[in-house]
Amino acid sequence: MNWVANNLGLVWSLTLIQVALAIPPIILGFVISLPLGWLANRFRVTRGALLTISGLLYTIPSLPLFIALPAIIGTGILDPVNVIVGLTIYAVALMVRQTADALASVDPDTKQAATAMGFSGWSRFWKVEFPLAGPVLLAGLRVVSVSTVSLVSIGSVIGVTSLGYLFLNGLQRDIPGEVISGIVATLVIAIVFDLILVGIGRLLMPWTRADRRAGRRHARRLPVAAVGA
Amino acid sequence: MNFILQGIDWIFDPARWSGPGDMQSRILEQLAYTFGAVAIAAIIAIPLGLLIGHTGKGRDLAVSLSGGLRALPSLGLLIIFALLIGIGFKAPLLAFVILAIPPVLSGAYAGIEAVDKRTVDAARAMGMTEWQVLTKVEVPLGAPLIVAGIRSGILQVVATATLAYFASGGALGVYINDGLATRNYVELLGASIVVTALALILEGIFALAQRLIVPRGVTAGQVKDVRSRPVRSRATVGSPIQEGK
Repeated sequence: MNWVANNLGLVWSLTLIQVALAIPPIILGFVISLPLGWLANRFRVTRGALLTISGLLYTIPSLPLFIALPAIIGTGILDPVNVIVGLTIYAVALMVRQTADALASVDPDTKQAATAMGFSGWSRFWKVEFPLAGPVLLAGLRVVSVSTVSLVSIGSVIGVTSLGYLFLNGLQRDIPGEVISGIVATLVIAIVFDLILVGIGRLLMPWTRADRRAGRRHARRLPVAAVGA
Repeated sequence: MNFILQGIDWIFDPARWSGPGDMQSRILEQLAYTFGAVAIAAIIAIPLGLLIGHTGKGRDLAVSLSGGLRALPSLGLLIIFALLIGIGFKAPLLAFVILAIPPVLSGAYAGIEAVDKRTVDAARAMGMTEWQVLTKVEVPLGAPLIVAGIRSGILQVVATATLAYFASGGALGVYINDGLATRNYVELLGASIVVTALALILEGIFALAQRLIVPRGVTAGQVKDVRSRPVRSRATVGSPIQEGK
């Protein structure tokens, strides 16, 4: 543990890099999959196509994806953009299905009542369907957040520095403490992100606190899948 | 796109498929890790998942455990095992078992939980023992989700097995290691295409297997319209349903 005490600065700066690499994919994944998820929920044809494509994208292992992206989008091999784009692809792949499920979980009676009260399609989506789909969206976002945070470190293999640097350097120099500090820092980031998401959920959706049982029922719909390296 | 064609050429170079450490043996190593790790994970996680799903006890613990394991960075896990128990195939295998447990476990308990509680109560009312309820009602009806859990475990390990080379454990990552060391992008890309193809093929096989394994009675009762949702009342396990109160 001596190593950790002497290198707290390094661990901290790598932690910040890891955070900076993990945030854009989570936010972009959420934003991009909203319209796609709506499309997947709305029409039968788009549902099949979108869910199949996102399922296939989710199947691509992350290391090969990070390696192949420069050849496809023309970035440099060491460019952090590869990692961000790759992780955004996974986030979208996961969230499209989740968003479609979330929108489907809104009670049709509520939607009809909203229409009867004079909501236009656009405002009914934002004022009725989107908030009511919130708990299921949040559940998906929490999975995305955890898997994104832990996948960022794979980028180190192709030279995009993050907490993964501690793994590779610890392996070369045979310092278990260094590797463990990287693992612990990753877990801490994942937990902090999760707490932030839950906090945002409580702030924006105060009704879910009263309606715990409904929330729990939605939580059960979490995707079983998780991406590997 | 030019690079991708070169990568494909690299894969089909005859030299790749002969001699020691050829492509066949790398692919076999990758598959051995995958099925080995998932088999061990299934032996541990499926009975546990069935127990949790059947009794409803320890569910919260299982949820947070599988969530927490999911946050573990696979690379770090593999490397720490390599440092602690030495290089070879054991360290990666152990890491992959740990990676495969969360999806298999959550598939198993979610599968049992998803079974309509009225069906379970009916089975019990017909005089089935708890063991019969589990093996003759809950497992067949929960099979789709149980298999889905195994499928996502396999998918995760077949992808992550690429990292086994960090513990000198062979598999397809060896090419990635070579490519990185010699700055050979074509080799990196070729190996990436092979790993991806392997993952897609396994996914395809399992999607098919999942369809075949589901009992006909289950699909017959399924709602065809994905947008409508059955309203299902949940009876508590082990206590009488309080109707009309």
